[in-house]
Amino acid sequence: MLKDLVTPENANVFVGKLGDILEKAIDKPLGYAINWGRIWSLWPVHIETACCSVEFGAASSPRYDVERFGIIEAFGSLRQCDLVVVQGTITRKMAPRLRLVYDQMPEPKYVIAMGACAITGGLYFDSYNVLPGIDGVIPVDVYVPGCPPRPETLIQGCMLLQEKIKRMKARKFV
Amino acid sequence: MSTETENPSADAKPEIKTPPAKPAANKPEPTPVELPAFEKSISDKIVEKFGDKVEVAFVKEDRVRINVDKENVHDVAEFIRDGLNYDHVESVSGVDYPQDNEIEVVYHIGSYTDSSLARQILVLATRAPRETNPIPGNDATRLPTLRDVFYSVEFHEREVFEMFGVFFEGHPDNRRLLLPEDWADLPPLRKDFAIKGR
Amino acid sequence: MTFNLPPGLALQKVDERIMTLNVGPQHPGSGHMRIIVQIDGDYIVACDPDPGYVHRGEEKMAEYRNYITNIPHLERPVIHDSCNVLYPYVLGAEELLGIEVPERAKYVRVIASELNRCIYIMYWLAIYGIFLGHSTMFMWPAGDRELLIDLMEKMTGARVTHAHFVPGGVRNDLPPNFEDVCLRQVNYFEKRIKEYAAVFYDNPILISRTRDTGILSRQDAIRYGTTGSVLRASGVDYDLRVKEPYDVYDELDVHTNVMKEGDSYARSRIPWLDMMESCNIIRQALQKMPKSGSVRVKLKPNPKTKGLESVYKRVESGRGSLGCYIVSDAKTEPYRVKLSVPSFRNLIALPNLLKGEKLGNMPSVYWSLNYWPVEADR
Repeated sequence: MLKDLVTPENANVFVGKLGDILEKAIDKPLGYAINWGRIWSLWPVHIETACCSVEFGAASSPRYDVERFGIIEAFGSLRQCDLVVVQGTITRKMAPRLRLVYDQMPEPKYVIAMGACAITGGLYFDSYNVLPGIDGVIPVDVYVPGCPPRPETLIQGCMLLQEKIKRMKARKFV
Repeated sequence: MSTETENPSADAKPEIKTPPAKPAANKPEPTPVELPAFEKSISDKIVEKFGDKVEVAFVKEDRVRINVDKENVHDVAEFIRDGLNYDHVESVSGVDYPQDNEIEVVYHIGSYTDSSLARQILVLATRAPRETNPIPGNDATRLPTLRDVFYSVEFHEREVFEMFGVFFEGHPDNRRLLLPEDWADLPPLRKDFAIKGR
Repeated sequence: MTFNLPPGLALQKVDERIMTLNVGPQHPGSGHMRIIVQIDGDYIVACDPDPGYVHRGEEKMAEYRNYITNIPHLERPVIHDSCNVLYPYVLGAEELLGIEVPERAKYVRVIASELNRCIYIMYWLAIYGIFLGHSTMFMWPAGDRELLIDLMEKMTGARVTHAHFVPGGVRNDLPPNFEDVCLRQVNYFEKRIKEYAAVFYDNPILISRTRDTGILSRQDAIRYGTTGSVLRASGVDYDLRVKEPYDVYDELDVHTNVMKEGDSYARSRIPWLDMMESCNIIRQALQKMPKSGSVRVKLKPNPKTKGLESVYKRVESGRGSLGCYIVSDAKTEPYRVKLSVPSFRNLIALPNLLKGEKLGNMPSVYWSLNYWPVEADR
């Protein structure tokens, strides 16, 4: 009976339908598993743009220790990273380089805008060389306000990002 | 007038010495007219060497300021290095004066080797003509470089070139330093460059 | 039998062997900075630093703000050394506005400035650990730094951006019981950093990475106009706290640390010795400080200067002598503010030090120059 249904003409349609059914069946558990893996191994790129990097450094110091929340210290190559923490001011000279770094990273990738300068330009709103926020350069997932944010605030921002990833569709990038 | 003429002649008498001291005590503010001696000796040496080519703008405690024309700035800088033992430039700052139509370049020169000059900063200022429509590098806003006298001005002069458009003749490396590579506006620290919203 | 070499190995001319390599702006260090190096094999033949990735136009912005509102953004170039980077500006503004600072405020400034110097050097040391791949060297200073940050937080209310110095004194008086807490923390801190000798400075790995790399001779250090720990590591005894004492440094006993080697190891050791000196200064200042009194002269809103005047003030910051040149023209805003920052002054040594050096030594030489890119770009 199944043989009658599957003819050479409609085989691909049938396989597609079967795939849809399978996907629906295991989408949720599989997506959950994939997202679960992503949440606890966020690797930030080591791109220390401006003065907020001091507090980013303090966040990975022994007192705050962001590593216990699954965000690993910024070491290593950007080809293995999936998180950009934009630590402060992005100038006009830096903006193309930031986009270049973002484009070189593999999917999925997330962006945290840390500090007032990365969100709106902050204190440098009227400077001639500073971008009013990084929204025009790369898409942002989480905004962490402060000038500079305390390490606790950064950790909270990272946990918000984890919360967001948990609710994201994992299939988009598979 | 008569008391003043008597004073140097009758220097031994204490009675005549007291009257000029009293008005000085009455108005305590203008008393520090006397210049600090060591700083005065530095400016005197330069004036002795160059005469009216240099102008001593002020002699304050630890700071001496000399204004020079741009034709003589190289010679004066060489004398400062060889004759006065100053050995490095701390900062080169441009100041824009649109009302005078000039851009001032100020060198702050210090000394590490001579311990008597450790506190001192010699301020050497010179002025370049200012263009209303500047083409950095191709207009009359030019100054001779001091890089062959003080090696430490190299990056500072590059910064002044891009921030004010002052081209330093003889500088080996007049390139852009801090601004973006595609900067096509006025040099940003000139007064006619207005920042947004102000 | 003919055997063709791969194209890269067959090149015999020197010009063709040279490869241009971009290091940065995204690199494993801290701060943005591109160094364009040309290498022949493993050796650097030319180096061209390309700063300016954090150029924010502080000097232009300062012309649009008055003497008080300039304070928050002028401390941003080095936020972990924010008291020292603000210090020359405040001294200059005081001279232009004609303000006499109360005695107690001067001591509070010295204490804050020395604490901040330690905070800066600890961060610098931590990042030096990252540059050398020495994880413990990151963790220890980054953790011990928090002791002093706690003190500054108690004193000023902020972790790193204090904005504590204002023309006329400091913003707030010390909190109650601060002297005892400060003395206790500083004593513990000094005991703690003495342990670093065994872990870092006598460590054969650190020594082999830094000893005899990037040697800066005494003559060159003077000729390049370098400053701070770079200068003192090359054997020049020059510290503005001794040579041109500002505020109350002339009443305190300050010792200058000098080493003669001029290599990366000396440049990494001098800041550590400076931290111990800072602990001494803090203890002296706590002892000599007047126990009560005003810490601030109240200014009128929008204070004006007298006329066209200029002033150049300099202080010894965590990186070296930091000068501020202010031109005023009888307005509420300064006419021109120029920060002559030590990072920018030390940068000129980098191309000359790296020439002939191995590429692997570049990180240790670069960061030993006490260079903070955000400050150099302003």
